[in-house]
Amino acid sequence: MSEDLYKEIILDYYKNPRNYGTLENPDMKAMDTNPLCGDELEMQIKLGESDKIADIRFNGKGCAISMASASILTEMVQGKKIEDARQFNKEELLGAMGTPNLGPVRIKCALLPLKVLKLAIYSHLGKVLEGDDRNL
Amino acid sequence: MIKGSLTLDPKIIRQDFPIFQQAVAKPLVYLDSAATSQRPSKVIDAEMEYYQKYNSNVHRGVYRISVEATEAYERAREKVARFINARSPKEIIFVRSTTEAINLISQTWGRTNIQTGDNVLLTEMEHHSNIVPWMMLCKEKGASLRYLEVDDDGFLSLDQLDSSLDNRSKLLAFTHASNVLGTINPAKEMIRRAHDKGALVVLDSAQTTPHMTTDVRDLDCDFMAFSGHKMLGPTGIGILYAREEILDRMEPFLYGGDMIKEVHKDSARWNDLPWKFEAGTPNIAGAIGLGAAIDYINGLGIDQIRAHERAITSRALDMVQSIPGITVYGPKDPDKRAGLISFNIKGVHAHDTASILDTHNVCIRAGHHCAQPLMEKLGVPATTRASFYVYNNNEDIDMLIHGIEAVKGVFKL
Ligand SMILES: Cc1ncc(COP(=O)(O)O)c(C=O)c1O
Repeated sequence: MSEDLYKEIILDYYKNPRNYGTLENPDMKAMDTNPLCGDELEMQIKLGESDKIADIRFNGKGCAISMASASILTEMVQGKKIEDARQFNKEELLGAMGTPNLGPVRIKCALLPLKVLKLAIYSHLGKVLEGDDRNL
Repeated sequence: MIKGSLTLDPKIIRQDFPIFQQAVAKPLVYLDSAATSQRPSKVIDAEMEYYQKYNSNVHRGVYRISVEATEAYERAREKVARFINARSPKEIIFVRSTTEAINLISQTWGRTNIQTGDNVLLTEMEHHSNIVPWMMLCKEKGASLRYLEVDDDGFLSLDQLDSSLDNRSKLLAFTHASNVLGTINPAKEMIRRAHDKGALVVLDSAQTTPHMTTDVRDLDCDFMAFSGHKMLGPTGIGILYAREEILDRMEPFLYGGDMIKEVHKDSARWNDLPWKFEAGTPNIAGAIGLGAAIDYINGLGIDQIRAHERAITSRALDMVQSIPGITVYGPKDPDKRAGLISFNIKGVHAHDTASILDTHNVCIRAGHHCAQPLMEKLGVPATTRASFYVYNNNEDIDMLIHGIEAVKGVFKL
């Protein structure tokens, strides 16, 4: 099961992360840890015109799954309006990663970047996570 | 000893463990006994026998099966006492786990004896269960926490131990063996030095009592804590050992039934040792199962167990270290190391290693192993850990090596 979890796409993004780093004076940011392994992930976002995500970066340490997920997610939400990014769901992310069946443990690694993105957006909007986002 | 030859015969031992007897396509390669061990039929049967043949509550019944249950429960306590060479079964308190034992000490002895300005000395290689209870106690009392450093080879320094203890040091709490580095600490010498400075000592023997002799009289520790589930026994049963005169002076931990002699509307008198510390219905089946586990260990011989694990560990160390791109943490000398090896593959996160090994049915642990201060010291977020026990054999190590090669293959290293 999990050996083919490490598809080319995951390995490629792991070895060549996209949007890795930090931004100067980000408009939004958030950080969280994966309680299972203690891995930390931070996301920083700069907004452009009409509240679109102009620039997004992530940093931290993690496994191939979480690092690839962060790269893929940042690519997917770049240029999106905040509200559209807020509605981005986990199925879209897992689909893009090509790993719909990660199992209950490793899925936490894949979803950590999405959770951090949502934390950044919600706190920018002055809200706490709601709906399905509470279960990320 | 010839390289690869073993003191115990895992092939025969495995027949005693139902988990290894299942008809499965790929054999189970279980390398996570430092987290929890497997259990032999004797342990499972002993628990089942209690439930099926003499299930009843202990201590208060006058009828036959309750007397039988009480005797079995107390016999288990005697077995534990003999196993660690306590002076009396009164010094053996049944608790849930190592974690609960340490919390018991900090909440009772600690609350009474640690005052503002005192200090508690720990080491950088402690499990969270031997850090957080002391951290909270020190916060509550205005006392300070000190940590002995771990050096690059995974050892503590006895000189630093001496210089870290002063006349406000009330307690040294440390692990007999690191669950990450494997380092076996010179406990007897450390305890002697702490006593010289007037501090009492808590020994966390969760990683040693299952694997080597832990003689409380020889070690001269004041408290010792370990878990049944890491020594072939059931989950939910652990041991607090403490010297009788210390227990006598300690306040109870939990209040309620069983721990009292008499209760009136506004006063109560505590029960004798050890029951003063066992409020409520205890884990009767768990204690009986632990007794059976100790019988099983005694049947194999604790020295034989240590020799077996030493041989496996030595071979595994040689093989793992010879793979390019692998970092092994902790002592290189198998005589100074418990039966476990933590490592990382360069460029691969520990979780990914464990996931890929899982596809080969190899069970190893990846993460911070509840020792985050040590991870910080090592400068890694996580490690992969393989740990060994009586049922592990050379083929398990071969499968581990094969799995590591597979990881390198997947990551094209
Ligand atoms: C050194 C050490 N101390 C304490 C513990 C905690 O044991 P338990 O979870 O049974 O309370 C462990 C086990 O994980 C350990 O390895």
